[in-house]
Amino acid sequence: MYKIVRKKSLNPTVSLMEIEAPLIAKKAEPGQFIIFRAKQDSERVPLTIADFDREKGTVTIIYQIVGGATMELDTLNEGESLQDFVGPLGQPSETEGLKKVAVVGGGVGCAIAYPIAKKLSLLGCEVHSIVGFRNKDLVILEDEFKAVSSKLCMMTDDGSYGTKGLVTNALEELIKEGNQYDEVIAIGPLIMMKFVALLTKKYNIKTIVSMNPIMIDGTGMCGGCRLTVGGETKFACVDGPDFDGHLVDFDEAMHRGTMYKEFELHAREASCNLLNQEDK
Amino acid sequence: MAIQRNMDPKKSPMPVQDPQVRRNNFDEVALGYSYETAVNEAKRCLNCKNKPCQSACPVQIDIPAFIERVANEDMEGAYQIIAQSSSLPAVCGRVCPQEKQCESKCVRGIKGESVGIGRLERFVADWHREHCTEQPEMPTQNGHKVAIIGAGPSGLTAAGDLAKLGYKVTVYEALHLAGGVLVYGIPEFRLPKAIVQKEIDNLKSIGVDIETNMVIGKVLTIDELFEMGNEAVYIGSGAGLPRFMNIPGESLKGVYSANEYLTRINLMKAYKEGAKTPIKHSKNVAVVGGGNVAMDAARSAKRMGAENVYIVYRRGMEELPARKEEVEHAEEEGIIFKTLTNPVEVLSDENGEVKGMKCIEMELGEADESGRRRPIAKENSEFVLDVDTMIMAIGTSPNPLIRSTTPGLETNKRGCIVTDGENGLTSREGVYAGGDAVTGAATVILAMGAGKAAAKAIDEYIQNKQQP
Repeated sequence: MYKIVRKKSLNPTVSLMEIEAPLIAKKAEPGQFIIFRAKQDSERVPLTIADFDREKGTVTIIYQIVGGATMELDTLNEGESLQDFVGPLGQPSETEGLKKVAVVGGGVGCAIAYPIAKKLSLLGCEVHSIVGFRNKDLVILEDEFKAVSSKLCMMTDDGSYGTKGLVTNALEELIKEGNQYDEVIAIGPLIMMKFVALLTKKYNIKTIVSMNPIMIDGTGMCGGCRLTVGGETKFACVDGPDFDGHLVDFDEAMHRGTMYKEFELHAREASCNLLNQEDK
Repeated sequence: MAIQRNMDPKKSPMPVQDPQVRRNNFDEVALGYSYETAVNEAKRCLNCKNKPCQSACPVQIDIPAFIERVANEDMEGAYQIIAQSSSLPAVCGRVCPQEKQCESKCVRGIKGESVGIGRLERFVADWHREHCTEQPEMPTQNGHKVAIIGAGPSGLTAAGDLAKLGYKVTVYEALHLAGGVLVYGIPEFRLPKAIVQKEIDNLKSIGVDIETNMVIGKVLTIDELFEMGNEAVYIGSGAGLPRFMNIPGESLKGVYSANEYLTRINLMKAYKEGAKTPIKHSKNVAVVGGGNVAMDAARSAKRMGAENVYIVYRRGMEELPARKEEVEHAEEEGIIFKTLTNPVEVLSDENGEVKGMKCIEMELGEADESGRRRPIAKENSEFVLDVDTMIMAIGTSPNPLIRSTTPGLETNKRGCIVTDGENGLTSREGVYAGGDAVTGAATVILAMGAGKAAAKAIDEYIQNKQQP
């Protein structure tokens, strides 16, 4: 069992959990992921690692409540334990030799973009962070990004905080201002990563995206997480989750991501009804 | 007392659930021999002196000896004989391809049907489980530690044998549950999971530690396992990554690997009401491939409520690699065999879901290097199979997690771990390997045989190392 040593709500639908997992904390690198099961009989769900503390032996995850599994996870509180927690899975993000990078995070994807920005900054790389949210209430990790970036662009869809607009607007402006990036790292909704990749392709800037498809085992066995990258079938769990954004077939990935949409809707309703009953 | 032999040329039939009933449930298909049938079948064994059956068993069970005990109604005695050689008798009695192994060498098979060795093995193991409450004795510890990677049939066999010799054995399992293919792959209706759990509990009671959620190559490397005081490591990490055909449309919603489809159903229990793991409830399903995994996937799809389930296989019925019994069971349950057929494209509807599979008819040409006649596409024979789900059961390629993190571990060009002959020694001192990680996808019993041979070799290695 894996104890929750800290739980914190970051916004109405996003929470952070710091979990006791010393062996994973010892090996974890930014870009890698874990698979958790909240309870006995729960679904296996992958989540990219948001942070880790090798000395304390803890791994931090940040999750958005989207379906039955994350709802179930969210019912657990500090002091309680997760049934299963396995990792670190996947390949670490490559950070070697980068001098200047734009890190682009969208929504809860910022939780994964942050540890990469942090590591780059520790390595002496100049980091420009561009983070986007739907509105002010959903903003997370602002101070954390500030601390590791020489420039932070805060974007909201409705303009309720920072600048109104999309992350691609801010990125294009920075490029036009003459910033020469060795690489752009984009992590967020598929549609955001797709458009960041389209933009950077125009400027011929290498772009890495982090894919988080449906998977079960996370070790290469099920093949559920397969993606088409540069015309080849790749498994996000063993080959990724980072891929060259200019080669990923985003449209296909978006289709595959909706495979269990209906089931998820039902699961969410069922969970909500259960919670409602408990409230009564 | 001399046994009155039963000279019936035919094997006592196995009672099974009615096909019309069982195609709607996940309960075990084969119901097992009754006590009387088992004793009667055991009396068909001639107790041959040279024991051809034993030499055809990958784990070398003393088959005539255990069958003689059954004939004499000493069931516990029979169990003890099997247990000397096999750590998982209730499993092997169910899933071994006996017709290609022990039973293929049975002298009774020359003029009639062989003795039902597998059925008797299953009976004895089940009898023991139901009647014997005694805990196995904890072996005396010899003070040496061994690590096993993978809690599947190969790893569990090696673990059992080494624990019995007094080794402190830790098995590292990547999933949240031990059992490997026995729990994620082979369906409940062929191998009830409670039986697998019982076999695993037996191993735990003789001191085997099983650590789940441990992906070796990621959370710990093989070098670290040695640093932790293990004197040898056995890699039984299994088959690996599912293969696809690289035809258009394989990424559509509704295309599964058999591994994914079966894992959702078996490990994650998606067949149960209220399960948290989703699975597609299909109407028409094509399973591509002709092995046991294909049969398992097809029969599972039927039980999940599919109306039409097709096995699509590019060679003919004669060439199907699956066990005959599995093919017969599938046919009885209404699975439709589209042999000499090969998919060329998966067709999509407007939502990116599978709406059909374009196939081409095949004919058999000259024999290829595998000795089987090579399937050749017939020109202009394309047709569309009306399906909403396609399950690929065409094999696997080795998992890179261990080879990429273990310096000096030699693999072949396919990525399988290279071992030195039968004892499973790899290119690294103290590192042994066996099962699908070495051979590519094969059977439970061959994996067990490899685990057994490696356990013996590991014991010899550690004992010899001690001598000055």
